Amino acid sequence: MFEIPDDRKYLESHEWTTTEGDAVRIGISDFAQDELGDVVFVELPAEGDELAAGEEFGVVESIKAVSDLYAPISGTVTAVNEELFDAPELLNDDPYGDGWMLEVEPADESEFDDLLSPEEYREQTE
Amino acid sequence: MGLRKPPLYDVHADAGATFTEFGGWDMPVEYDSIKAEHAAVRESVGIFDVSHMSELEVSGPDATALMQRLTTNDVTALEPGDSQYSAIVNDEGIIVDDTVVYRLPDRDERVYLFIPNAGHDEEMYDRWTSFRDEWGLDATVEDVTEEWAMFAVQGPDALDSVTAAAPDAALGDLSKFQATFADVAGVECWVARTGYTGEDGFEVLCPWDDAETVWAALDATPCGLGSRDTLRLEMGYLLSGQDFDPETEPRTPYEAGIGFVVDLDTEFVGRDALDRQREAGVEETFVGFALLDRGVPRHGYDIADADGEVIGVVTSGTMSPTLSEPIGLGYVPVEYADDETEISVLVRGREKRAVIVTPPFIN
Repeated sequence: MFEIPDDRKYLESHEWTTTEGDAVRIGISDFAQDELGDVVFVELPAEGDELAAGEEFGVVESIKAVSDLYAPISGTVTAVNEELFDAPELLNDDPYGDGWMLEVEPADESEFDDLLSPEEYREQTE
Repeated sequence: MGLRKPPLYDVHADAGATFTEFGGWDMPVEYDSIKAEHAAVRESVGIFDVSHMSELEVSGPDATALMQRLTTNDVTALEPGDSQYSAIVNDEGIIVDDTVVYRLPDRDERVYLFIPNAGHDEEMYDRWTSFRDEWGLDATVEDVTEEWAMFAVQGPDALDSVTAAAPDAALGDLSKFQATFADVAGVECWVARTGYTGEDGFEVLCPWDDAETVWAALDATPCGLGSRDTLRLEMGYLLSGQDFDPETEPRTPYEAGIGFVVDLDTEFVGRDALDRQREAGVEETFVGFALLDRGVPRHGYDIADADGEVIGVVTSGTMSPTLSEPIGLGYVPVEYADDETEISVLVRGREKRAVIVTPPFIN
C-alpha cells in the first residue's frame, strides 16, 4: 500500500501540500513516485516565481515517462529544493520528506478547501 | 483487439512486474526498478522474457535462395549453428525490419530460423511466402512465433548462469553469434551467444509449453523492457519501429549505420537502390549524442545546430543509468556527424547543448 500521511492535503494529479511555519511545502505523493519509477530529472520554477492553482509549474521525468506537475495552490515560490537537481532519486526514496519540491507563500488560503483530504485521496488511488 | 501475452505472463505478474504494450504484446516493462535491473545486467546477470520476438523457420531445397534474396547479408556464409545480424529492406532499400538469421543444424537441407521484431511475424510470413510464390521457389515458411518462448540471459555472469542450468553443454565454447541445441533443465533449447545489451550473454529459445521450467532454472535478476531499452541505447543499437520505421522514419542500412550487414555481392530485394546510395553517399546518418545541459532527450525532439536551426531529429533518448548522463540517438546531416560536433536538442522548446558521441557510450 502507498503511504498517504494525514498531515497534508492532496491534488487529483498526485501533488501534496503541507504547512511548514509560514510557508507551504509542495511535493508529489508516494503513489506518484511509484507510478513513475526511477526519477531522473526534475524541472522546477525559481524562487520568486508565481504559481497559479491548477496550472503546470514543472516537470518530473523518470526513465520511462514525462509528467507535468500541477500547482495545488496559488502563491509565490520562496524556496526550491535544489538537491533534487543532483539527486532526483530523493523523490523515490522520500517523497514526503527530503523529496519536497517547493516552498510557497500562499496567495489565497481558501484554495486549500478545494484540495483532497488524505481519505479522499486514498479513495482515488485505490 | 486483445494484446498477445507471453507464456509466463502470470509468473511476471506474480513477481510484481508492471506491463507495457509493445508490438501488440503485453510485456513486463519493469519488475522493481529499471535502474537496478540495468545495473544487474552490467555488473552480474539479468534475464529478460523476450517471447514477443517473432520467429520464422525456412526450410526446403530453395530455403537459401529465398533467405538470400530477402535479407541484405550473405546467408551462404553461415555454417550450421552460425548466425548473423541482417536487414530486411524494400525495393528502395528502406529497412522494413532488422533480424538475426540462424542456420539450424541441417535436416535434409539447410534450415534457417530468423527473428524479426515483435509484431512483425505476420508481415514477414506474408513477405516470405508471396516472394517465394512469385519467384517459384521450393521452400517451406513457418511462423513459429508462438511455438518458441525466448529468454535473454545477459551480463558478465551469464555464462555461469546458463551453464548451471545446462551443465552438459559446452556453452563457453560458443563464440559470439554461434548457437547450439542444448539441454536446459531437461528441455531441449536453442541457445545462442547473442544479445542486445552489449554484455556477454545468451538468448535461449525453448518450447512455449516448457517456458516456466526453463525460466525457473535460469538464475538471474528478472529484467523488463525498460532496462532492455536503456541497455541497448547505451550501446547505440537500433530499435525497430523507433530508430527506423518504413512509415515514420524511413532509413536505409547505410543511413542507420548498419552498412556492415549489406553484402552487395549478393542479389536481394533493394540491392540496386543500396548500391546507388553507397556510390552517391548518404546525406543523413545515425549518430549518438550526449546532452551537456540538464534534461532528457526523447523520441521526436528536434536536433538543432549551434545557431538554433533544426537539422535533425532524436529517435531515442534516455538518462543513461550507467553514466547518470542524458544520452540519445538520432539522425543529422553527415557534416554534423563527427565526434565532438556541437549541436543542441530542443527539450520542450528549450535548447539544451549537446555533443556528438559515436556509440557505444560506455566502454
